[in-house]
Amino acid sequence: MTNSASIGQPLDRVDGPLKVSGAATYAAEHQLDHAPLVGWIVEATIPTGRIKALDTSAAENSAGVVAVLTHRDSPAQTPFGEPDDEGRFTQSRAMLRDDRIRYHGFPVALVIADTLANARHAAGLVEVSYESEPAVTVAGEDADEKPDELDGGLDADVSRGDFERAYGDADVTLDVTYSTPNQAAAAMEPHATIAEYDGEELWVYTSVQLIGPAVQVLANTLNLDPDKIRVLSPYIGGGFGSKLGLHNEAVLACLGAMHLERPVKVVQHRRHVFHNAPHRGNSVQRIRLGASRDGKLQAIGHDSFMPRARDYAFAEPTGASARTTYRTDALLSRHRVKTVDISLIDSCRAPGHSIGSLAFESAIDEMAYRCGQDPVAFRLANMPDKDPSSGKPFSSHDLAECLREGAAKFGWDQRESAPRSHERGRQLVGYGVASTIRINILVKSTTRIRLSDDGSLIAWANMTDIGTGTYTILTQIAADILGLPAGQVQIELGDSAYPASCGSGGSFGAGSSGSALRDACMKLREKLVDIARKQESLKSADFDGARFERGKLVLGDKEVPLTELVRQSGHDYLEVEGKVEPGEEHEKYSQHSYGAQFAEVTVDRDTGEVRVQRMLGVFSAGRILNHKTARSQLLGGMVWGISYALLEELMLDERYGAFVNRDFAEYHLAVNRDIPEVEIHFREQPDSHSNPLGSKGIGELSISGAGAAVANAVYHATGVRVRNFPITLDKLLEHLP
Amino acid sequence: MKPFDYQRIGAVEEIDADAGERSSFLAGGTNLVDLMKHEIETPERLLDISRLELAQIEDGDQGGLRVGTLVTNTGLASDARVRERWPLLSSALLAGATAQLRNRATTGGNLLQRTRCYYFYDTARPCNKREPGEGCGALAGHNRIHAILGASEQCIATHPSDMAVAMVALDARVRLRAADGSQRELPVEELHRLPGDHPERDTVLQPGELILGVDLPAPPPGRHIYRKVRDRSSYAFALVSVGAILHVADGKVGSVRIAFGGVAHKPWRARKAEQALQGQAATEENFLKAADVELADARGYGGNDFKIPLARRTLVAVLRDAARATEESTP
Amino acid sequence: MAELSVNGQQVTLSDDPRTTLLDTLRELPGFTGTKKGCDHGQCGACTVLLDGRRVNACLILAVQCEGCEVTTIEGLGEGDQLHPLQQAFVRHDGFQCGYCTPGQICSAYAMLEEIANGEPSDVTDEDGVRLSRDEIRERMSGNLCRCGAYANIVDAILEAGQREESPS
Repeated sequence: MTNSASIGQPLDRVDGPLKVSGAATYAAEHQLDHAPLVGWIVEATIPTGRIKALDTSAAENSAGVVAVLTHRDSPAQTPFGEPDDEGRFTQSRAMLRDDRIRYHGFPVALVIADTLANARHAAGLVEVSYESEPAVTVAGEDADEKPDELDGGLDADVSRGDFERAYGDADVTLDVTYSTPNQAAAAMEPHATIAEYDGEELWVYTSVQLIGPAVQVLANTLNLDPDKIRVLSPYIGGGFGSKLGLHNEAVLACLGAMHLERPVKVVQHRRHVFHNAPHRGNSVQRIRLGASRDGKLQAIGHDSFMPRARDYAFAEPTGASARTTYRTDALLSRHRVKTVDISLIDSCRAPGHSIGSLAFESAIDEMAYRCGQDPVAFRLANMPDKDPSSGKPFSSHDLAECLREGAAKFGWDQRESAPRSHERGRQLVGYGVASTIRINILVKSTTRIRLSDDGSLIAWANMTDIGTGTYTILTQIAADILGLPAGQVQIELGDSAYPASCGSGGSFGAGSSGSALRDACMKLREKLVDIARKQESLKSADFDGARFERGKLVLGDKEVPLTELVRQSGHDYLEVEGKVEPGEEHEKYSQHSYGAQFAEVTVDRDTGEVRVQRMLGVFSAGRILNHKTARSQLLGGMVWGISYALLEELMLDERYGAFVNRDFAEYHLAVNRDIPEVEIHFREQPDSHSNPLGSKGIGELSISGAGAAVANAVYHATGVRVRNFPITLDKLLEHLP
Repeated sequence: MKPFDYQRIGAVEEIDADAGERSSFLAGGTNLVDLMKHEIETPERLLDISRLELAQIEDGDQGGLRVGTLVTNTGLASDARVRERWPLLSSALLAGATAQLRNRATTGGNLLQRTRCYYFYDTARPCNKREPGEGCGALAGHNRIHAILGASEQCIATHPSDMAVAMVALDARVRLRAADGSQRELPVEELHRLPGDHPERDTVLQPGELILGVDLPAPPPGRHIYRKVRDRSSYAFALVSVGAILHVADGKVGSVRIAFGGVAHKPWRARKAEQALQGQAATEENFLKAADVELADARGYGGNDFKIPLARRTLVAVLRDAARATEESTP
Repeated sequence: MAELSVNGQQVTLSDDPRTTLLDTLRELPGFTGTKKGCDHGQCGACTVLLDGRRVNACLILAVQCEGCEVTTIEGLGEGDQLHPLQQAFVRHDGFQCGYCTPGQICSAYAMLEEIANGEPSDVTDEDGVRLSRDEIRERMSGNLCRCGAYANIVDAILEAGQREESPS
C-alpha cells in the first residue's frame, strides 16, 4: 500500500470522494451562522463614459431589497490601479467608487436582497442613464503601443541576428497573417464570493487561484490592514487564469458586507462572467519565415498585435512559441498592443503559447509544404541546440524524441503527404502534427508541516487546487519522503492563514509547492534522525543508510516508529517549515516541457463540418508526480486545443464594446461528443535543473500545440488553410468540391 | 423574474376566458423559465398546465397518430410507432438539445420556443421582437445564425426547433383550444409566421389559446432523413437543417417532402423544391436545380451569407442519401 | 405548506413561486452538491433526477415539483459507501475541478437507465440501443466539462455500465 502513494504512482485523487459525492465546498456553498444576503450585479451598458443619472428608488422599494449600493454610498476605496508600483493582481480593483464607466459590464450598482429572486428582479429596476464617451473597442493590426513587458516578465521585443537580411536572402519565404478571437476561460464554477465583516475583520470565501495577492488586493482596494483579512478558497471550480486575480463580485461582496456589516454573497451570473471576469484578447499574428531550399529555417519573424485593457498592464507573450521552438539564423519577435475600453484582458490557460502555437505551428506547417517536406521531418530538421531567443542552453530538450515517438505511435508513415489524399465515403480525412513546448517556471513558495505523535502529518500552505490535483500530489510527496501511508497525510490548502505559496497558475504550482513541501519533509527527516541519534538503543545503528518506510525510520536491521521519535522530542508534535525559490538554475538554463501532438480529422465534403477522430500526444515534462492526474491535465489541454481550433469565439460587437454570445448556448465549448479517442504517452525524464523534484509544468503543455495539430489536419484533409480561428464550416465551405 | 401569480391547472376547463395577454402557460418550462429569468417574458399569471391529462400518444384516424401537447420530447422520440413510421420526427427530436432538456421539454412547448438571436437575449440591446420599435441589433451586427429566407427589415431571427421542421415536412396539424373553450386546427406549417412588421409575434396563436396536441397523418412513403448541420457535434442549434422524405420509383421522384430549419423565422417547407422534383429523375443535377429554385430568393446579411450555399449543399446531400437508400430498399 | 422529497427527505418549498428547484436545493445545507454553472440549461451542472429522470434543475420552478421525488448527488450512494458510478469516476479520474461532477454523475446514472430502457439517441443506428463509447459521448453531451475530462468520464461510465449489465 505504501508504494501506491509513491511519487509518480497513479494514486486516485485524495479529494475525489468529496468531489463525486457533492461534499467538496465551493465558494458560494460555505455555511455561515447567518445566511448571507444575496447581491446581484447591475452592469453598465456602454463601453465608456459617465453615469449621468442613477435612480435606485424602484429597486430599493422592491420586495426583499436591503440595499442598493452605488458609487454614492459605497465604502471608501483606493483609486483603481493604485499603488502604481505593484502588480496587477494587488493593485486596487475599485468599483462603485465614482461615476466613471471603465467598460461594458462594469458594475454600476449592487442590489442586495434577502433572496436571489428578489435581488435579480430588483436589479432590473435600477435606472441608469449615461453620458457616453468615444470608446476604442477593437484592436487589430493597428496596435502600435509597445508594452513595458509581457506576462512573465518577458521582453516585448527580441531580436537575434539580422532578420530582414536573413529573410530577404532566404530561398523560400512565407509571409502570412493569422488571427485568433477573443476567448473566455469559462470555468464551470462562475466567480463567486461570500464576504463577512464585523467592523474589524473581513472574511472572504471565494474562488481564487492566488490567495496571497487576493488578500493584498482587498487591503489595497478597501484600505484595510491585510492582517485583518482572511481569504478562503479550499475548492475551486476551475480557474484557467480567470481566477488568478480577485474578480469583481469579490470586491462587491466585500463592499456590501462592509456597508451593511452583514454577510453578503455575490455569485456572478454566467452572463456576468463574460465581462466581470477577465478574458483572453483577440490576436493578429503576422508570421514571416525564411528557409533554405533544403528546408533549414534561416529567419523567423513573429509580430503580435493584441488589445490591452485600459489601465490594466497585461500583454500576452504570443510570440513565445516562435521564439524558442526552432533553430534559426535570425529571429525577430515583437509585440504591440492597443489600449481598448473593454473588460479586463488577462492570462488564460497557457498565455502566449496556447494561441501563439495555434498560429505559429500552423505557419510552420505551411512552410514545410512550401519546402516540399514532410511536416514531421521539417520540424525535426530544425531542432535548436540552444534557446534561439536567449542563447541559453536548455535544461533538457526532448522535442525531437517526442516527435519521433509520436509519429511512430500514430502511424504517421501511413499518411500521403499531399493534401486531400484521404477519403472515407463523403468525408475528407486529414492528419496533422504540431510541436508543443511550454515554459517551465519555479515560483517562491513556503509550507509548514507538523508530524504528530499519533503518526499523522499535516501540511499547510496557502496554495490552491484548481482541479490540477495539488492535494493529491502533495500527499504523495509527503508520504513518499516520510514513508507514511497516504491516509496519514493531510494537506491543508486554500486559506490565507497558511504559509505563503506560489498559488496556482503558469503550470508552476506542482513543482513549486511540491518542492517547498519536499524541503520541509527533508528537514523533518533530519530532525527525526537527530532525535534517533540521541537514543541509546540506536547507538550502533547504520545511520548512513537511514530510510523512511512504513511509518518508521529504518536503520539497517534496526527500526523505530516515527511516533516514538516524536514522543522522544518531548513535544506532542514536530513542526518544520520548508521553502523553495528560483535560483541560478533558472538564470542559467532555458527550461521547457515538450510534446508532439497528432490529430486525425474528417471534414464533411458536403457541409464542411470538421470532427476530430483521433488524437495522440507524446509528452516530456520531467518527472511525473502522479501519472493519473498528469494524464488528465494533458487530456484537458487537448480538449481545449480542439475547442480553440474549431469552436470558441467570443464575438465582440464593436458598437457596444460588448460580447454578444455571452452564454454557453452560443459560446461553444467542446462537448463530450466532440472529443475522440485520445492517447497520451509520457517520456519520463526528470530534469535536474527544474526544481528539487525534477518535475516540470504540465497544466498548460498540451494546449500549446493541440489546436494547431487539428488545424494542420484540416488543411491536410481539405487543402484549405484557414488562418482565422476558429475553423468553422463557413470558412471551408466555398473551397470544398 | 418579475413576480407572478402561480396557478396549477387541474383540467383544461379551469382555464378561464380571461387567460390572455398577461398569462402564460407553463409546461416543461425549459424555454419559458429561461426567458422569465431574463425578464424577456414577464407574465403576470403563470398557468401551470404540466399536470393536465395531455401527455398521451394515441393511434389516430387513418393510420395517423395523436400526440398530446405534454408528451415530452423524449417520450415522442422514443415511441416505437414514431421510430418505426415517422423516423424523421424521432431523428429531429434526438438531434435537438440534450437528454435533460428533452426529458422536460414538451411537444407544445417545443413548437412555441423562441429564437436564440443574441440580441433578443441581451436586454441591453435593441430588438424588435422583444420590444417592438426598438430596432434590430442583428441586422448590422453579428448575424451568423440568422435567417436567409422570409426575413424582414424588422427581424432576421430564426426559429430554433428541430422537431417543428420534421412536423412541417410530415404535414402535422396542431389542435388548439381558445380561451373561450372553442377549438380549431391548423397545419403546423401555418402555426409559425414570418416576421414582417410584427416580429414580436412568433405564431398565429391568439392570447390564451392553448395547444392541445399535434396530429400526425399517416407518413408518406419513402426514406426519412433529418440532417442537422451545426458547429458543435451535439448540444447546438442548427445552422441549417434539412428534413426530407423521398420516395423514388424507377429512378424518378415519386413523392418528396422537404423542410428546412435554421433558415427562417419559421420552419421552412420547401414547396418550390418539392414541385421542381416531382416526377423528375432522382439525379444530383435535379436535386441541385430544386435547391436553387427554393433558394432563389434567399438573402444573406453578411455573417450568414454562408447559409445559402450550406442549405443548398445540405439539401442535395440529404436527397442523394435518401435516393440511394430508397433504391437500395426497392431493388 | 408545499413539499417535495429530496433523497427521501421532505423539504418545504419557498412561498415565492419564482424559486427554482436548483435554488431550493442550493439554499439547503447538505444539498449544495447540485451545482449552478449557467442557470439557463446550457451546461448540465445542475442535473438531478426528478421522479427518476434527469433534468436541469435550473429551469424548473420548485413549485412545479410539489409531491415529486428528487434525487441529487447526495442521494446516490448508501451512507458513506459511494455508488459504483461515483467510484468509477474516482478511479478513472473523470473530473478535475469537480464542479461539473455531481451533474455528470447524476446524468450518467439516468443515462444508463435510458439505455437499459432502449431509449434511442442521435447516434443510435438500426442495430438498436447499446452501451458504447459513441452512445455515451452523445448522451453525455448535455454536461459540459471545462477541465476536459470527457474521455475519462466515458471510461468511468462504460466501466460502471458494463458492471451493471453483467453483475458478477
